[in-house]
Amino acid sequence: MSTTVETRVPSGRAEQAPPSGPLTRLRWAVVDGWVMTGRNMRHVIRSPEEIVLYFSLPIMFVLVFGYVFGSGMAVPGDGSYREFLLPGVFVMTMLYGLGATASQIAVDAGRGVVDRFRSLPMARSALLTGRAGADLLRALLELSVLVVCGLLVGWRWRNGLGDAAAAVGLILLLRLALTWLGILLGLLVPNPDTVSVIVFPLAFPLTALSNVFVAPELLPEWLGAIAAWNPLSATVAAARDLFGNPGLGGGSWAAEHALLLAVGWPVLLIAVIAPLAVRRYQRLSR
Amino acid sequence: MTDETSAVVARGVRKTYGRTAALDGFDLTVPPGTVCGLLGPNGAGKTTAVRVLATLLRFDAGHARVAGHDVTRHPERVRAAIGLTGQYAAVDETLSGRQNLVLFGRLRHLPSRTVRRRADELLDQFGLTDAAGRSAGTYSGGMRRRLDLAASLITRPQVLFLDEPTTGLDPRSRNGLWDAVRTLVADGTTVLLTTQYLEEADQLADRVSVVDAGRVVAEGTSAELKARSGADRIELVVRHAGQLPTAAALVERITGGTVRVDREIRQLSAPVADRITALAELLRALQDAGIAVEDVVLRRPTLDEAFLHLTGDRSGRAGTEVAA
Ligand SMILES: Nc1ncnc2c1ncn2[C@@H]1O[C@H](COP(=O)(O)OP(=O)(O)OP(=O)(O)O)[C@@H](O)[C@H]1O
Ligand SMILES: [Mg+2]
Repeated sequence: MSTTVETRVPSGRAEQAPPSGPLTRLRWAVVDGWVMTGRNMRHVIRSPEEIVLYFSLPIMFVLVFGYVFGSGMAVPGDGSYREFLLPGVFVMTMLYGLGATASQIAVDAGRGVVDRFRSLPMARSALLTGRAGADLLRALLELSVLVVCGLLVGWRWRNGLGDAAAAVGLILLLRLALTWLGILLGLLVPNPDTVSVIVFPLAFPLTALSNVFVAPELLPEWLGAIAAWNPLSATVAAARDLFGNPGLGGGSWAAEHALLLAVGWPVLLIAVIAPLAVRRYQRLSR
Repeated sequence: MTDETSAVVARGVRKTYGRTAALDGFDLTVPPGTVCGLLGPNGAGKTTAVRVLATLLRFDAGHARVAGHDVTRHPERVRAAIGLTGQYAAVDETLSGRQNLVLFGRLRHLPSRTVRRRADELLDQFGLTDAAGRSAGTYSGGMRRRLDLAASLITRPQVLFLDEPTTGLDPRSRNGLWDAVRTLVADGTTVLLTTQYLEEADQLADRVSVVDAGRVVAEGTSAELKARSGADRIELVVRHAGQLPTAAALVERITGGTVRVDREIRQLSAPVADRITALAELLRALQDAGIAVEDVVLRRPTLDEAFLHLTGDRSGRAGTEVAA
């Protein structure tokens, strides 16, 4: 600590009158959430080994499922199994991202820095929305890598760029819902290490009982029904439709309204889980 | 001083953890522009008090106002007016020192140019310029502490809470911190600091509140408290154990207090009121009696003794049990 520097210190009074109207509050919530998103992205930049991990997992998914399993799998109608599989891998990657979300939040919540965030005149939700924002950006990066991989192994989008973008949008919407699930999970676990123990048993049956690897109509009837109503399946089916990939079909109501469900499921999940997560965060350490 | 014009007010604040009352009728008034020291043993409730006042902790009863705002009803107004450096560093360990300050500045909604300039000033002021680009996780304990302090000074707070701010700082950094606090107070900031060191309270605080078992048990300037925390003591060691009784009689006659004798280390000790006169007189008398003295110490009550005196025999006990 050297000599005191002569400065004009911004006063605590002037520039930061606390939010008054709901509109100012909303603006603050957005600005603060964005600042926290930036903070989380800087964390990623500061740990490059994690970036490698980010991208190796989805690439492995494509290679393992596309080539190892793909050789013996049937697709309803015709079409290549890899082209059937890729939208499923996109969605599965989103699902596994939930673990990272949860453990990052658990790490944050357990650290002293949360005390500082809570003592600042910032939006209460910003720590969580900042997490969601950063994880969506991360998901966008992962998806880009997957798309390139997919193109290399023969996957194509066949209905034009607009539909393809809509499919990506739906996949990101699901990721947003999963992010909030991850956030809630991260706030509920006693410590970050617990996350991995919970996430796999949660994620594995969700992917197994879906249309990611197998079309539901090829499953026994009752399993097929579960798979058809699975939120993951809705997004995968809608994405297959929009990309123009094979594997559509099945006469169930869920399968015929995949697009509706692909929007409805995530929106419903967010509407339920996000407020729970914010409440849980506000009650932390009280 | 009324509750409305005080910078910090707590009235009958109560906070329990299960059956332990961390705060049990905690009262405090700090006038604006002054430094108040909270002094107390481990588990007294100092940190709990600071966390309640800084809106980090809900409490069960009583009320509290900071910078003119009710802590429960308008926490966001309180947050806009305060700076906080808690007992444990609250910085982002992954980000660099500069990134930390910029982040916290932006979350205070300052323009980004102001934030960057202010971050550089603070890094300089707290001697962190060379480490500014390194991630805070690699900082030493004292550096992290300094970064934490800098983070609470990005804007000049109306009320600054410092929970054991100099624990783990080397003497130079500690003096630097004390200077920084004095500068802030000269500019009108009110400071509430907790400490285990009587000396720190002596140096900085206008008034000191002694906390024990969740409530303020004594309040006053540090001089007043010292006067109340018992007299100074004289301690002397004689060379020959055989002379202990004679020496003890002399000490008792001159100090007029009860003499404690420790045969093992041939030490006598007694309270003295009139320090220097008593010391001179005693040394002369001992010399006249031909008693060889190996060591003489005149000392103020230690912090331990002050605690023991002001907090009774309860000091060091963690919280009070709530009657079921
Ligand atoms: N989260 C908690 N859960 C249970 N008990 C708690 C909690 N926080 C504090 N306490 C209890 O409340 C009492 C006051 O604690 P506090 O941390 O305020 O003391 P302190 O004066 O700051 O002590 P120190 O000098 O060690 O920092 C202690 O008995 C402590 O055990
Ligand atoms: Mg403490």
